[in-house]
Amino acid sequence: MHYWTRLATCGAVVAGMLGFASGSWAQEVKSPTMDAIKKRGELICGVDTGIPGFAFQDSAGKWAGLDIAYCRALATAVLGSADKVKFIGTTSKVRFSVLQSGEIDVLIRDSTLTLTRNTELGLAHGANNFFTGEAFMVKKSLNVAHAKELNGATICVLTGTTLELNIADYGRANNIKINTLLFERPEEAFAAAEAGRCDGYTDDGGSVAAARSSMKKPDDWVILPELISREFLGSYTRQGDERWNILVRWTHMAMLEAEVLGITQKNVDEIKKTATNPEVRGFLGLEENFGKKLGVDNDWAYRIVKEVGNYGENYDKYFGPLQLPRGWNELYTKGGLQYPLPWR
Amino acid sequence: MVRRPSRRAYIGQWVLLAGVVAFGWLLADMVAGNYARKNLHFGFGFLADQAHFDLPFHLISWNLFDTYGRVLLVCLLNTVLVAAMAIVTATVLGLLVGVMRLSVNWLVRNIALAFIEFVRNTPQLVQLIFWYVGVLQTLPSPRQSITLPGGVLLNIRGLFVPDAVMREGSGLLSWLALAVLIATPFVWRVKIGSSRVGAKALFLLLLALVLFAAGVDHVEYPVLQGFNLAGGTQVPPELVALWIGLSIYATAFIAEIVRGSIEAIPKGQHEAAQALGLKGLQRLFLVVLPQALRIMVPQLTSQYLNIIKSTTLGAAVGYSELMQIFAGTVMQQAAKEAETMAIVMAIFVGINLATSALMNWYNRRVALVER
Repeated sequence: MHYWTRLATCGAVVAGMLGFASGSWAQEVKSPTMDAIKKRGELICGVDTGIPGFAFQDSAGKWAGLDIAYCRALATAVLGSADKVKFIGTTSKVRFSVLQSGEIDVLIRDSTLTLTRNTELGLAHGANNFFTGEAFMVKKSLNVAHAKELNGATICVLTGTTLELNIADYGRANNIKINTLLFERPEEAFAAAEAGRCDGYTDDGGSVAAARSSMKKPDDWVILPELISREFLGSYTRQGDERWNILVRWTHMAMLEAEVLGITQKNVDEIKKTATNPEVRGFLGLEENFGKKLGVDNDWAYRIVKEVGNYGENYDKYFGPLQLPRGWNELYTKGGLQYPLPWR
Repeated sequence: MVRRPSRRAYIGQWVLLAGVVAFGWLLADMVAGNYARKNLHFGFGFLADQAHFDLPFHLISWNLFDTYGRVLLVCLLNTVLVAAMAIVTATVLGLLVGVMRLSVNWLVRNIALAFIEFVRNTPQLVQLIFWYVGVLQTLPSPRQSITLPGGVLLNIRGLFVPDAVMREGSGLLSWLALAVLIATPFVWRVKIGSSRVGAKALFLLLLALVLFAAGVDHVEYPVLQGFNLAGGTQVPPELVALWIGLSIYATAFIAEIVRGSIEAIPKGQHEAAQALGLKGLQRLFLVVLPQALRIMVPQLTSQYLNIIKSTTLGAAVGYSELMQIFAGTVMQQAAKEAETMAIVMAIFVGINLATSALMNWYNRRVALVER
């Protein structure tokens, strides 16, 4: 090729990249994320790589779990179908980068919001679908009854989590030394605990119950009563798209509100036909236009309950088999912390 | 138009350089813009912050109040340790298997062949997990430790070796022992008159041992205490799994390099050595291998670089190396993603360039001197 032709080609490539880069910057729409989802016809949801209760795949490869239900509810709200979701399993290490880079629309992955993540990682709080704390699971044969007796023990932990800091802080506060062994994925940590490489496993309360259920003999393991931290799990979005964040928040509120109003997947059609209560009618989109204000159809909440169910139904479905009582995740009316904002 | 081709080429190169610089600047600007838009700050100041988490394996002292900078140092040492162990082991085993591959004995030759083909054709990560989960995690619990000679205990938590507890103020003796140890190979080469010191230098090793032993107060044996064994030095199974995994995998490739290089030496060299009356091993070590080395070194270099890079697979078996801890825990806790990844990449480039430089120097040394 002639020199000048080659140069011109180079120049064209650089100019093209310039144009592409500036073009993708220029847009300023109300909710770019929601627009992108509609255009794509699919919600891309970042979930756990596999933990019973929150997000796991059955033998046919179909995803299920509380976090999965939230992804499906969001897809229902935006696209009208709970099946228009692509699930992306993310490890604890890369989850926030994947969200930040725009690879996923929303992160619903049993992740805790902390001050550092809120500020330094640009994580925007959507909703909390699970209140818990860090718990320990140890072999029954060790005869340990309390976390404070773990001095000198080795505990398997997932890397890149708040757990690593909690466990060190707890040891410091109680003047004991708990050794940790770090793993990237739960499967490897479970295997190491099972084999006896560690004396126990630590994770958020819900996940520890899940870990116990996946041990060869769950009865050989005991979950210690102490929760050594507060973990605030839920759905998160990137900062900079307020409207999308608002929809994520109210999708959670819709699932809670349905439970408060006693609307379930089973009776929602019946109630829609006969409802006279203004709160119920407003919720189901028969009156008012809450959906429109959020940028979705007016019967979005009805569809969520119809396709996914209310919060309590999903909790029982996924955590019932793990024998994890609702505790903090009970509705506020029953002494729990789950409190839907006013549907006004 | 510029007519002279040389001048045209000159201008063309400058224009291209300007284009590359402009593109680089554009990328940097885009990253900076994205950071600003997301309210994130780019910087390395976090290295001075306290880490507040525990590291499972460290060669130098570590406590919760040390900084992220020290985490980096701990992880770097861990990475270098396992890389060095694997390089040495893979080289020795590779040489052995490579020579076995050329053996006249049918069984030996085919055992080597089967080993190479099996190891070369299975994924490295799978092998690592096999060593860790399939082999090391089947060892007994601390209470049922296997007792080895010399007070060494082996169980699922690792290999526990007795520790020498040094007397106070014996530091000087230990340093002296180390200095004598390092001096040994140099003394070996020293010429007195017309002959080398040679094997007499081995006496220095004995001296080093005596110097070291003089400083030992008592030996601490590992014993069962609470959940784990206390006392002694623990070699964690994570390190062993990664070491074996990396070594075995690289052995297969190095063996093929050794075989290829030996076969590249003309048959006449073997015959000439035979004619001189050299025995089998003498032929190999005195005539064939020194020549084969020249062909081997450049290929060995890339194998060594591969081993160094593959240490990052240690993250899968819970070994505290750069990828798992620095580009994992630190990245998350300090919320500095671009910075930690940049540091890890820079470090690997650094280690690998240093290794290449060393190997190139060695290559020049063994290369045929042409006059």
